Amino acid sequence: MYYDSLIFEISNKGRVGYSLPKSEFKSYNIPKNLLRATEANLPEVSELEAVRHYTNVSTKNFGVEKGFYPLGSCTMKYNPKINQDISNMSQFSLHPYAPMKSIQGILEIYYETQRILSELSGLHTFSLNPYAGAHGELAGLMIMRKYHMDRNDTKRTKVIVPDSAHGTNPASATVAGLISVEVKSNLDGTVNIESLKELLTDEIAGIMLTNPNTAGVFEKDILEIAKLVHDIGGLLYYDGANLNPILGLARPGDMGFDIMHINLHKTFSTPHGGGGPGSGPVGVVESLVKYLPSPVIKKQGEEYIIEDSNETSIGQVSHFYGNIGVVTKAYTYLLTVGKENMANIGRYSVLNANYIKESLKDDYLLPIKGICKHEFVFDGLIDKSHHVTTLDVAKRLLDYDVHPPTVYFPLTFKESLMIEPPETESKATIDDFIEVMRTVAEEARVTPDLVKGAPYNTVVKRLDEATAARKPIVKYSDLLK
Amino acid sequence: MSKIVEGLFYTNTHEWVKVEDGFAFIGITDYAQESLGEIVFIELPEEDDSLEKGEELGAIESVKAASDILSPITGTVVEINESLEDEPELLNTDAFTNWIVKVELSDESELEKLLNAEQYKEICE
Repeated sequence: MYYDSLIFEISNKGRVGYSLPKSEFKSYNIPKNLLRATEANLPEVSELEAVRHYTNVSTKNFGVEKGFYPLGSCTMKYNPKINQDISNMSQFSLHPYAPMKSIQGILEIYYETQRILSELSGLHTFSLNPYAGAHGELAGLMIMRKYHMDRNDTKRTKVIVPDSAHGTNPASATVAGLISVEVKSNLDGTVNIESLKELLTDEIAGIMLTNPNTAGVFEKDILEIAKLVHDIGGLLYYDGANLNPILGLARPGDMGFDIMHINLHKTFSTPHGGGGPGSGPVGVVESLVKYLPSPVIKKQGEEYIIEDSNETSIGQVSHFYGNIGVVTKAYTYLLTVGKENMANIGRYSVLNANYIKESLKDDYLLPIKGICKHEFVFDGLIDKSHHVTTLDVAKRLLDYDVHPPTVYFPLTFKESLMIEPPETESKATIDDFIEVMRTVAEEARVTPDLVKGAPYNTVVKRLDEATAARKPIVKYSDLLK
Repeated sequence: MSKIVEGLFYTNTHEWVKVEDGFAFIGITDYAQESLGEIVFIELPEEDDSLEKGEELGAIESVKAASDILSPITGTVVEINESLEDEPELLNTDAFTNWIVKVELSDESELEKLLNAEQYKEICE
């Protein structure tokens, strides 16, 4: 029996899962204006029905724990269970207002995580307060802005962002009160130095870069770029989205970056996407430490202390100290991997990406040749004569129980298909994926209509995305109308 | 091959301008709508807004991407095509008859710097 019901659809009036004891309390005189006008529409089901419903629903989800998830730019690595076990320990379920002396353990984890991130990135100090990657970006750009403001350098209102950048970059710049200006990329996504030079004026607050960039290519000219930007008085911001492949091998601080954020939910194996919450620590060079979000956690002698730094900092960006439960997971991961093995994370993710790229380049169009880092971009199928698009390929992959790669990003290619296989995947899984991708390419040649109609084995088939976006139905009650 | 209409002015960012009775009508090209795919939302300026050449005039969202519409000319918005607000898909149906804004030109000489159909065709190839 195929199951695809909503909990409301299996509801039967009067059916109960539990019988509750009679209330011992008298009824209150609740004012009329605080009472509901109509009964709440709640499903009425037995315990078995409820359990069976949610067990069925859970099998319709897709995650790293169900199958291969090569989503470019997202580093969908496996999150080891030990992270969750440690984070769930009752010793870490603390109230943020508990006396400092009684929460030394969690403060030590915060402080130590911050120190490890500093050592890995080459930046002086981190704040773990921001809640997510884009939030870390915003905090970082607020620091950039405050640095210039404090020097009365009020002309600096522009931030340079490459045309291949993640969409959050210009968005964060705008929210921080700065104006983003685009610098042209070379074909491989690296910064075009000549275009950059034209933009460098005394109005530039800084530049935002990822390295390796969105196309998975290492920015070889980074030292020259850093010098050019610093020479005109600007700062360099590092978007940590692509930190995974260079972990333990190269450091943004050594490349000349002044501010960066790290996505703990990408690089350091804390849950990601719908499974969040995330965490986006922001780090800075020594001269900018005073601007880091308040409060800060410091070590004083043998004691860890929480300090209000609102006078010099950009202020508070989160409740208390951010998503501390996420930090305990990342800390667990960092200690599990250990300093001596950190560089293998990058090596294996780079090897995996290059192995897939080279194995599939006879079927899929590879616009940027040569060695990539942790991810790479195909510009759709090589054989476009059957009009099978990247979207079709992505939909067909669902039928083979593979999460599709990132599609139509970066915008620099028309049929972008961006693949990132993290280091946690075995060669057997990667070989299976290569086989599936070849099969889909073959189907696109022989039975193109099959691919264009995919998926067939999923809960919902090919969606009418245009109608879904134009007339969205997002609530059960809307469906009833 | 996407359609290109003779006699219009074009930009290399895929907008077109048609001048009629002293007013300029601005739209996006057939090539643009084809590249975007099914259009689901359009953000329009308001009447009396002033437009700067090369600056953002509005934005278009399709199932694939969001994209800015850049104004090919400087001027003041006289009228917007309101039917696009409810039915942005009209741009997919016919990008050349469904203009986006009607504009009073500030500087007619700007038109000379735009591309003609022949030059625009080369960009699309």
